[in-house]
Amino acid sequence: MTPFTIVTAPACPLGLENVDTDQLIPARFMQTPRSQGYGGFLLHDLRRKDAGEMRKDFALNDARYAQAQIMIARTNFGCGSSREAAVYVLADAGYRCVLAPSFGDIFASNSVQNGVLPARVSAADIEILLSDPSVLAGAPITVDLAEQTVSVGNKSIAFQIRADWKQRLINGWDAVDMTRSYAKDIDAFVTKDRAERPWSQPRG
Amino acid sequence: MAGGPRTIIDKLWDAHVITTREDGDCLLWVDRHFVHEGSHHGFGQLRQRGAPVARPDLTFGTADHYVATRKGAVLDADAARMVRQLTENCAAHGVTCFGEGDARQGIAHVVAPELGLTLPGLLIVCGDSHTSTHGALGAYAFGIGASEVAHVLMTQCIWQSRPRQLRMHIDGKLGAGIGAKDMALALIAKFGTGFAQGCAIEYSGSAVQGLSVEGRLTLCNLSIESGSRLGLVAPDEVTINYLRGRPFAPAGDDFERAAEDWLALASDRDAAFDQEISMNASEIAPVVTWGVSPEQAAPITSRVPDPATLTDATRADAWRDALDYMGLHAGQAIDTIKVDRVFIGSCTNSRIEDLRAAAAILKHRRSQVPGLVSPGSRQVKQQAEQEGLDRIFIAAGLEWGGPGCSMCVGMNGDIVPAGERCASTTNRNFKGRQGKGSRTHIMSPAMVAAAAVEGHLTDARKLMEGRAP
Repeated sequence: MTPFTIVTAPACPLGLENVDTDQLIPARFMQTPRSQGYGGFLLHDLRRKDAGEMRKDFALNDARYAQAQIMIARTNFGCGSSREAAVYVLADAGYRCVLAPSFGDIFASNSVQNGVLPARVSAADIEILLSDPSVLAGAPITVDLAEQTVSVGNKSIAFQIRADWKQRLINGWDAVDMTRSYAKDIDAFVTKDRAERPWSQPRG
Repeated sequence: MAGGPRTIIDKLWDAHVITTREDGDCLLWVDRHFVHEGSHHGFGQLRQRGAPVARPDLTFGTADHYVATRKGAVLDADAARMVRQLTENCAAHGVTCFGEGDARQGIAHVVAPELGLTLPGLLIVCGDSHTSTHGALGAYAFGIGASEVAHVLMTQCIWQSRPRQLRMHIDGKLGAGIGAKDMALALIAKFGTGFAQGCAIEYSGSAVQGLSVEGRLTLCNLSIESGSRLGLVAPDEVTINYLRGRPFAPAGDDFERAAEDWLALASDRDAAFDQEISMNASEIAPVVTWGVSPEQAAPITSRVPDPATLTDATRADAWRDALDYMGLHAGQAIDTIKVDRVFIGSCTNSRIEDLRAAAAILKHRRSQVPGLVSPGSRQVKQQAEQEGLDRIFIAAGLEWGGPGCSMCVGMNGDIVPAGERCASTTNRNFKGRQGKGSRTHIMSPAMVAAAAVEGHLTDARKLMEGRAP
C-alpha cells in the first residue's frame, strides 16, 4: 500500500450530504474485474442526466477539478452498502483523500485499507472550504496527515482520524503482515477460548 | 473497569480480544465468517498471496447476491460467473458452501440464523453491511469490506476499535398491525441516518423483548441504516427456544450448558452506556419512506413534508432533490401515492412471519399491480408452500420466486424499470438501488401487501380486520 504523508492537489467541492455507496458505484458495475479500472464508474449515475450526458452543474464534471485528488463532501459520506468498490472508484479516479464531517463506518475502514484518507473535518470548516474562492477556482490545497491539517492559502484547518488508521496510512502497513506478527497471541487465545466457549464451534 | 458492571457489548468484546495495541486498536477473534458471490475480491487477494483459508471450518458460503430468483430467468454471463466463482472458491479452500441448488441456500442473513450457525456470544462478520442482522440472537455481528474479507480468510481475526455504546430502549406496546419494520423505520425517521455513527447499539425494553426472533432480525438488520456498526438484543428465553434443535447449534446437554452462558450475556444492572435513548412503542404508526434515504420516512397517515419548512438550506436542497427524483410534491397525502409494482423479500423481510403477514392481507384479494415475492431461503420457501402461502400470492396475481437478494439490489437482473415506483419490504431507498431510475418506498410486508391490493400506498390496518396474524 502506498504510504500517505502529504498530498497537495486541487480538491473537488462535491458538497453533497449522505452520499451512499450505491451512488459512489451503482451495483451493476461491480462484476467488473478490478484490473479493468473502476475510475470511470465514480458517481456514474449522479453525474449524468437521465439520457446519459454529463451534468454541467456537477462539480465532478467541472474542468477546474479534473486533476483533483481530494474530495470535499458534507455529512455521512459513504453510508450504506459495504462494497469496497466505492473506494476503488475514488482511488482509480486518482483520489487520495476525502474531507467530510462524518463517514459511513465500513466505507472509512475500506478507505484506509486502500490508502485513501477519510479525514473528519468539522461541519463549520467544511462550509469554509466549500466557499473558499481558491478551492472553487481549483487551486491546490495541502493535506498533511502527520500534522492532521488541511492548508488552503494561509488558512490551516484541523482534521480528525483514528490513531491506528493514521499509523497504518503513514507507514503503508499491510494489515495481514501486522496480524501475522501476533501469531503466538492468536494461538494462546484459541487454546484458552476453546475451554471457555466450547459451544462456539459449529456442530456437524 | 475490571470487575465492575458490564454491558452485553463489553462482555462480547472482552471475550474476543486477542491483543490490544498502544493506539487502542484491538485484534479480535472471528467465530463465523459468511462469504457470498461478492467476496470474489477477497478470494482474489488470497490467490495473489498464495495463502490458504485459515479456518475453513468457521467459514460458510451462500449464494445470494447474484442468483436468479424468478422462474425461467436466465442470468447474464457475468452474473452466472459470479455464482459459479463462489462455489469454486469455496471448494478450492474446503469451505462449506450453500450454492445454487443446495437445499440450504438463501440469503446469508436468513440462512445462518435458521441453521443455528448464528449463536449468542459469537463474533460474526460478512462482506455485507446487513450483517448487523445476526445481533438479533445476541451475536456481535458487523459488515466488512473486501480487504477485510481477505484478512479474515487469511487470519480468522479482525482489527477493530472499541465502539461507543448506545442503548436504545423501547418500552410499551406496539399497536395492532405494527411490527419490527415500523419500529426500525420510526427510529431512523426520528433520529436520522447518522445518529448512531460508529456505535454499537443494544436494543432493550419491553417492546423489543416482545418481538419474535424474526422481528428482532428485522430490527437489527436496519441498524446499519442509522449509521451504527451493529445492533443487538440480549439473549432470552425467546432466543433459546428459537435455537434449540437447529442443525449447527449445540445439541443435548451441550445446548443446555451453552444456554446458561448465553443468558449470562445480558447487560449487568448499572452497566454504563455512552448514550441512552428511549422511545415509546405506542408512538409508532406504520411508516413508509417518501425519499431517497431511509431517514426520509413518515407515518402512512401523514403528508409528504415540505422542504420550505426547513431552516437548514443543505437539508432543504436534499429534500427537494429527493422529491424531484421520487416524482412527488410537498403536501401530497402519502396514502394517495400510486405504485407500479411491489416486492416482498430481502434480508430485512423475507422470513416466514413476513410472508404470513403479507399473505394475511392478500388472501382472497387481487393485486392491482405486478409484483414478486422472494422467500429468504429454500427452507422458508418450502415452509411457505407447506402452509399454502405460495397459492395465496399466486392467486393474488403475484409471482412466487426463489431465494436471494433479488430485487432489493438488482444484481441478478431483477430490477424495477426506470421511472417505476415500487412498494418494497427492503432496506434501502437510495437512488437507483432497485435499478437505474427506480423509485423505492420501503415499508413492512403487511404494508406492501396492502399497497398491492389498493394500487397505492395505504394504511394496512384497514385491510387487516378479521384476519390473522
